[in-house]
Amino acid sequence: MEENYIKHQYAPILPKKDEWPVVKLARERKEFVNKVAVLSEERILDLIGKNPEILKEELETTLYREKLRIKQNPWDVDPDDEGPFWGEVKSSLLQIHSEVSLTKVKKLEAYKVVLSKITSRYSEEIASNFKATHYKFTRRVVTYGFSRLLNAARVKGFGSLFSNQYTLQDKIQITGQTAQIRELATKGTIIMVPTHFSNLDSVLIGWIISVLGMPPFIYGAGLNLFNISIFAYFMNALGAYKVDRRKKNLMYLETLKTYSKEAIQFGCHSLFFPGGTRSRSGIIESKLKLGLLSTAIEAQRANFEQGISDVSGKIFIVPVTINYHFVLEAPSLIQDYLSQTGQERYYKENDEFSNSYKISKFLFKFFTKGSDISVSIGRAMDVMGNYVDQDGKSLDKWGREVNTEEYFMSNGKVTVDAQREEEYTQMLGKRIVEEFHKINRVFSSHLVAFVAFELIQTNNAKMDLFDLIRLPQEDLVVGYEEFKAACQVALDKIFELKAQGKIDAAPHLYRSMDEIITHGLENVGMYHAKRPLIKNKEGNLATEDMSLLYFYHNRLHGYGLEKLF
Amino acid sequence: MGMALKNSSKPQPIGVIGMGSFGTAIANMLAEKSEVMVYARKQEVVDEINTQHSASGKTLNPKIRATFSPEELCNSCGVLFLMVPSAAFLEVTRTFAPFLHPYHLVIHGTKGLVVKLGEGEDWDTVKKLRRNQIMTMSEVIIQETLAVRVGCLAGPNISKELSNDQPAATVIASKYNEVVQEGQRLLRSEKFQVYGNFDIIGVELSGVLKNIIAIAAGALAGLGLGENAKGLLISRGMVEMAHLSKALGGTVSSVMGLAGIGDLVTTCNSPDSRNFTVGYRLAKGETLDQILETMEEVAEGVNTVRIVDAFLKTAGIRAPITENLHRVLFEDLSIEEALQFLMKYPFSVDVDFV
Repeated sequence: MEENYIKHQYAPILPKKDEWPVVKLARERKEFVNKVAVLSEERILDLIGKNPEILKEELETTLYREKLRIKQNPWDVDPDDEGPFWGEVKSSLLQIHSEVSLTKVKKLEAYKVVLSKITSRYSEEIASNFKATHYKFTRRVVTYGFSRLLNAARVKGFGSLFSNQYTLQDKIQITGQTAQIRELATKGTIIMVPTHFSNLDSVLIGWIISVLGMPPFIYGAGLNLFNISIFAYFMNALGAYKVDRRKKNLMYLETLKTYSKEAIQFGCHSLFFPGGTRSRSGIIESKLKLGLLSTAIEAQRANFEQGISDVSGKIFIVPVTINYHFVLEAPSLIQDYLSQTGQERYYKENDEFSNSYKISKFLFKFFTKGSDISVSIGRAMDVMGNYVDQDGKSLDKWGREVNTEEYFMSNGKVTVDAQREEEYTQMLGKRIVEEFHKINRVFSSHLVAFVAFELIQTNNAKMDLFDLIRLPQEDLVVGYEEFKAACQVALDKIFELKAQGKIDAAPHLYRSMDEIITHGLENVGMYHAKRPLIKNKEGNLATEDMSLLYFYHNRLHGYGLEKLF
Repeated sequence: MGMALKNSSKPQPIGVIGMGSFGTAIANMLAEKSEVMVYARKQEVVDEINTQHSASGKTLNPKIRATFSPEELCNSCGVLFLMVPSAAFLEVTRTFAPFLHPYHLVIHGTKGLVVKLGEGEDWDTVKKLRRNQIMTMSEVIIQETLAVRVGCLAGPNISKELSNDQPAATVIASKYNEVVQEGQRLLRSEKFQVYGNFDIIGVELSGVLKNIIAIAAGALAGLGLGENAKGLLISRGMVEMAHLSKALGGTVSSVMGLAGIGDLVTTCNSPDSRNFTVGYRLAKGETLDQILETMEEVAEGVNTVRIVDAFLKTAGIRAPITENLHRVLFEDLSIEEALQFLMKYPFSVDVDFV
């Protein structure tokens, strides 16, 4: 659709499947799972200072929480032997406890046996079930199936089902540093960090990675997604490992981190959704979950420690934003957000997006109607947030080469300092957020939603968000001329920011303002039963769902544009 | 460049940049435990240190060597103490920037703020400042160089007393535990206690904001007021510092510590300090211009009043002592009027921030 978007054909960077790190990892799955279990055990023992009393306490806490979870929050994907397993843990603990004569050393040994069983179980549970044949099949289905749907919808007449006029790339545009990420993926290890608004993001990103000719990335997907059969298949095929958010005990979290760190060191390109979960408010993530991100820094330091100081041991962080006109789950996400922030002032209605039927329906709508998605690939950085060049060399603000290893050195040696790395993780998180804002691509729908919400808020200056949401629809109207003028002011500011490299804008924003508004109104939240923004009979702007309008408006939060109103 | 460090087996010297009175005192204290290399800009100062073991007449520990090459200093030392006056801080940092590496630990001892003005802006046109236009010295180092493991030294450290080996204490603040520990290891002695703090911004701000109150303390002394007034000022000053520090990104607890209240009490009782002198002479009827004419260096508190007053306009908080000092310094309000205003100011509660 867009004038200046060029569809590239990207050749695979590693044509032989056997060379894919993820395939190698799958081949050595058993050894790898064992290694993760052993290393996690060491890590936990280090954390608790090898103190048998603390270990006992941690084991008991874990046991208690796991029993509670099995009872109160069981899922379809949970294995059947969970009950017996934790029963055994319980009796082992009781037995150690009853043997009063044990020395401290013997006690620690006994508890270590139990710990080892738990980390082995967790490690096995987390590990991905990647199969190259499934991956190939899935990719074909996605590409072929989607392009059939697309052509059926857009090309009129007999034979449209077999037309190749439109491909998925017309629908989903990939912009930004595509050449760089391909180049770096052959040299070092990539960690892609995308913004996260929808459950479809992981499938979308998986497809993008394959279009770019890169081998599949591994990533941690919420175990809840494996409850849905369609997703479970896709996830396994795309190299997902499993993250169970119900398990918040030390042993699980450390095993998860170890898995991620070891996979990165193995050379697997990885995908982190650094927000941890979908953005409930529609705001670009500003606070990142740092747990997994810290494993990138640990893995980088570990590579340096092992003397892998050339580019092959280097880890590259690539921020990515996914830009939509429409987020399928927006109604339930924003309700979550409002009920969290508003507490008793907000009552939510329930409409969950949770089964395969609803997803299929959406996918069909998505491909047969005209809403587009663009994915912006940002500039790659090292783990300290310095940009890197085509050869993977880090550069400082003035373009001088930086040796990333030196961040981990003291007295001329690479040293391990957990507290230091914690700080570095926070710094990296901040840099990623900065980059998100720079590569975020403004769509017409973001603009109209933002301006309409801001105008409604300005016109009702005394009210807060929750008052506004409860206003009758008749009061939520903005005159067209006022709206158009305000859109122009906001757009001018966006272009000003773009000239400074602080934001990106879709090409359709270079049309006339009337066209932009029409385009925006057609697309903003287009498949929702209640539209966030429409033109009423009088030609003025109105909303059918104020909280949805707020959600789409939030996409432009964080640029200081509110000050224009 | 980093390779030079890797191959050396003997312990590296500790670097000190800036040989003013504080820098000299710290260099001597460091030299009790370690080899020290100091940087001086002029060849004759370098020669004086290396041959006569003295700097501007002050005796130096013979373990201190000098260089006028920033590159040599940075290549030889892993830990650097940056002890330059605030007016020269940005320039010196930029001079060293090309030679600083991510492995360097940099600890500064400078109390001041640096303002980032946009192009074509100067103090006459800028009346408001946002937080992101104001940098503490550690933020300057991080902004201008590749060093990230940065710390600061703050607390009641009158150089003369330190040189005379009188007991004292200081705070080393850094987000990095290794910086705090290294600073403690290098400086701690029987006569010198070194506390650690992770809130570097709060500690830096404490050292900066207390200069405002020091001017006010000088003014009270100049008016001939007594200890009651001083007690009042220190207590209200502390409240104001706590609010300002919080608004600028520090924690209240750092204000309560050695770098805040500790340094505040010391400075308010030191008639020799430049900030105190400014206040004293103001109260005696001199104008700011007259005072500055006869001072070698600008008293840091004057800059701080200006910066904080401009910041208040965007922060949406009040700071009556700072605001009134600003009017006295830059808007011709008399010190008596300012005092009267403060006595009438509706402080409703004694302590409202803990």
